[in-house]
Amino acid sequence: MTAIAPGTIPRSSPRGSAARARLLRSLLPALSLALVLIAIAWLNPRAISYFGFSLMLNLAIPIALATIAQMFVIAGNELDLSIGTFVGFVGCVTATWLKDAPLLGVIVLLGSIGVYALLGALIHLRNLPSIVVTLGMSFVWQGLAILVLPKPGGKAPDWLLALMSFKPPFIPFPIIAALVIAAVVHFGLMRTSYGVILRGSGGNPAALRRAGWSLLRTKIVLFALTGLFGVLSGMALIGITTSADANIGNGYTLLAIAGVILGGGEFVGGRVSPIGAVLGALTLALAASPLLTFMHIPPDWQVAANGAILIIVLAARVLISRRER
Amino acid sequence: MLKANTDIIRLNGAEKHFGAVRALNGVDFHVVTGECVGLVGHNGAGKSTLMHMVAGTLRPDGGEIAVRGNAEIDYSVARALKLGIRCVFQELSLCPNLSIAENTRINHPALTGLGWRRKAASLIAAKLDEIFPDHGISADDIAGDLSIGRRQMVEVARAFTVTRDPLDLVILDEPTSSLDAHTAGQLLAFVRRFVAAGGSCILISHVLGEVLQNADRIVVMRDGKVVATDAAKAFDRDRLVATMGGAEAREKIAAEIAAARPADSPVRVRARPARQEDGKELVARAGEIIGLAGLAGHGQTDLLLAIFAAATRRKPGIEVTAPVALVAGDRQSDGIFAQWSISENIGIRSLAQLRKGLLISPQREAALAEFWKQKIGIRTPDMTNNIFSLSGGNQQKALFARALGSDAQIVLMDDPMRGVDIGTKLEVYDLVREEAAKGRTFLWYTTETEELDNCDHVHVFKNGRIVANLTRDELTEEKIIQSSFGDAA
Repeated sequence: MTAIAPGTIPRSSPRGSAARARLLRSLLPALSLALVLIAIAWLNPRAISYFGFSLMLNLAIPIALATIAQMFVIAGNELDLSIGTFVGFVGCVTATWLKDAPLLGVIVLLGSIGVYALLGALIHLRNLPSIVVTLGMSFVWQGLAILVLPKPGGKAPDWLLALMSFKPPFIPFPIIAALVIAAVVHFGLMRTSYGVILRGSGGNPAALRRAGWSLLRTKIVLFALTGLFGVLSGMALIGITTSADANIGNGYTLLAIAGVILGGGEFVGGRVSPIGAVLGALTLALAASPLLTFMHIPPDWQVAANGAILIIVLAARVLISRRER
Repeated sequence: MLKANTDIIRLNGAEKHFGAVRALNGVDFHVVTGECVGLVGHNGAGKSTLMHMVAGTLRPDGGEIAVRGNAEIDYSVARALKLGIRCVFQELSLCPNLSIAENTRINHPALTGLGWRRKAASLIAAKLDEIFPDHGISADDIAGDLSIGRRQMVEVARAFTVTRDPLDLVILDEPTSSLDAHTAGQLLAFVRRFVAAGGSCILISHVLGEVLQNADRIVVMRDGKVVATDAAKAFDRDRLVATMGGAEAREKIAAEIAAARPADSPVRVRARPARQEDGKELVARAGEIIGLAGLAGHGQTDLLLAIFAAATRRKPGIEVTAPVALVAGDRQSDGIFAQWSISENIGIRSLAQLRKGLLISPQREAALAEFWKQKIGIRTPDMTNNIFSLSGGNQQKALFARALGSDAQIVLMDDPMRGVDIGTKLEVYDLVREEAAKGRTFLWYTTETEELDNCDHVHVFKNGRIVANLTRDELTEEKIIQSSFGDAA
């Protein structure tokens, strides 16, 4: 920080407190994850082990990838309500064509990323609300998934099974995967020069247009990235579950949105955090079932309890944000 | 076209229509190398539209554009930037979620590759140091955390940074509207240096003194046409105002109001700033207009907001005895409901009066809006249009109508006239005095010293404290500056 001239003191102190509140808010995802971990350790100390983490965080990788996918559209002030069924569709393709006819499978998956890019273009050019478009698309993906795999079954390609059951020494695979995902996306979106443009398109689109950038292009890139991470999420999911079902990803839409918000993102204004989003996804994955099981909450009540945890954490975030004002 | 080679830009017969409205009606305009052109006119006279064309953000419906003598067929923002033409727009155009360095990157496609962050940070820091020494802004600050004045400083500095593209012409649209007198002076001095070094500049300002002192040539616009072009020396304030076609400029109206206001009218507001250590406090009686002066951001807004909050919930040190309304300064973020019509924007502060049973009566809302449309002169064909169909000055009028149409006896004004043309200002000043004569109390924070002439009392703020309390008779610009910069006694 440069030296502060005497005349400017009164303005710098509120700015300092805004920065402190933002720091607190960026620590919140880590704090909530730590809280959930402490609760688990207290309820069941044996869960805090290599094997325990491998088991508990098993499904965290696809959730984290889906959360990152959602984060890209949110960075551009849009929302994707189709990510869950899209993950399901990718899962069905992965468990059938990608194994039996790899070339066809790859083409279909790349094509689906292309569809996402086109959706971005459509939303920008026709100025359509993304909620409407993606809500419609969620039925399209669901229908396609049922066409590809009418009843549960199929089998994941062997290489994918091998990758997802990889057991590195000392640190469980899901944790390493989460670190890699967070680091790669953080670098790409927060540190590169084009990442600034992508985030800026959510912060002040008019300013970007005036500086000569194409908003069509930023929207296409953001949606294509969402498609890419949606594909990765679906593949990771099938690598863990080994077979697919057309409804397998349906819960991911809301989990992904909650993960982004839990991770310090905001619905508008281009304020997102890849690291926070991954932490949010891990928190949700842990709070979803391991914690509640350890608390002896019957499965019937787990969904409701999960929602209650979400409300508590998000309320804490709102309180901190209010102090920021 | 003898001087065509020294032209930076030339527009011939530029036209633009928005629906039925003719924003520009065949305008000829040019800027030559090493010249500062002042552009003045009322809001809605077509200045902004013309500048959007020069900057490439709007395409003309008719006429031609030539840059350095070459006709430009496919003129766009990207093309303008390549040719060294840039614009600082009136609406702040930083991305609030990005840091200052990142915001700089947005204007420089060349800032890529390894180490771009460091390059961007040093680029903007150096320019800020050059234009505004002692600015106190770090390149890592997030734009949204900065005060509106500092955001404007960053934006101006950013427009003058150079990487790959040349820099020949900078359009400054109301560059000082959110700056205090000190930083505005620094900026204008820099503009003079820039022009002396061979750059060109278009300066749009409603502070006519700034234009008269800093421009080489002045272009006056009215109703989408250029009505006068002459050397700045050929103009003086009166001629400028007369050419703009505004209401007669009014000199001090001291005697007019000072006339008869009993000193024992009831006290409406008694407030002491939170940081005040001595016994000074602000006392406002019914029918008084109280000015809050000093450099921007020295606690004036904080006090107004504290008074506003104290009207609904008791606060220590502040006593408020009547309903309060606030006219916000940052109208885009604090004042306007962007999705609503003009009528709804006016009616929101008066819902209790507009109610019929449990619902809001559309007739009463329309009647209130229509009354204020006539009274304050909001220029629109239909009050049910979206608020953004209005020009900036008329949006501000709608916000005044919201406050004055309500039951509030105390009206707080947070520098509401920034970026508003002089005609609108004079109309609003009249209205404020008229309402004060009827017994309303006004607390008026302003960064423009001229506006303080309307006030009965002026409190000068420094570092969150009241450092001087001047009556109208004692009020001079020197006194205010002296108190703003001097040590708090």
